[in-house]
Amino acid sequence: MTEKKLAIIATKGTLDWAYPPFILASTAAALGYETEIFFTFYGLQLLKKDLTLQVSPLGNPGMPMPMPVPILLQALPGMQSMMTMMMKQKMKSKGVASVEELRELCVEAEVRLVACQMTVDLFEFDTKDFIDGIEFGGAATFFEFAGESDICMYI
Amino acid sequence: MADFDRELDASGLNCPLPILRAKKTLADMESGQVLHIIATDPGSVKDFEAFAKQTGNELMSSGEEGGKFTFLMKKS
Repeated sequence: MTEKKLAIIATKGTLDWAYPPFILASTAAALGYETEIFFTFYGLQLLKKDLTLQVSPLGNPGMPMPMPVPILLQALPGMQSMMTMMMKQKMKSKGVASVEELRELCVEAEVRLVACQMTVDLFEFDTKDFIDGIEFGGAATFFEFAGESDICMYI
Repeated sequence: MADFDRELDASGLNCPLPILRAKKTLADMESGQVLHIIATDPGSVKDFEAFAKQTGNELMSSGEEGGKFTFLMKKS
């Protein structure tokens, strides 16, 4: 059985959107897929050693709220931190892994993590702030792997 | 005598942790050995079927007992 390949582009840097790439990549690796995640734009936040990901109810009418909060109140200072704290507590109580834990599982399973060099330069990120063992590359690097992948997704 | 070689209690863990823990435990086992898995995630029932199908490990049995899901998986 030849190894299947999964290529993911991770473009979002919020707590909620950190889950799909890491859940799918770690699971694919467990199923025997060779897996690569290409992190670009806000997705680069997911590679920081110190993850300070937040979730925002603003502009997200699909987010289930424990109680209805009018949109203007959602914009008040502190609301985002409060929602983030509540979301993290909820996840913990439901046995959902932390983003750090899922990312660690990906690293252990040798999922290839590639940071988009162009966005690193654009946002002037310090590469020392990223976790060890990642690679840096551009669109052509991504296609080298993605072109041979069985599944390719943009998140 | 227990009819399995190793046991994994994944109670309270949610997707994809039961699968990932099972994969890790199986990696330390010999071919032909049987792993007994306990989980509370209802999604794990379908997930372990799919895991077995894709990895070649045999899902010998799958059941529910008092709100817990139990699986016997033989390493390929």
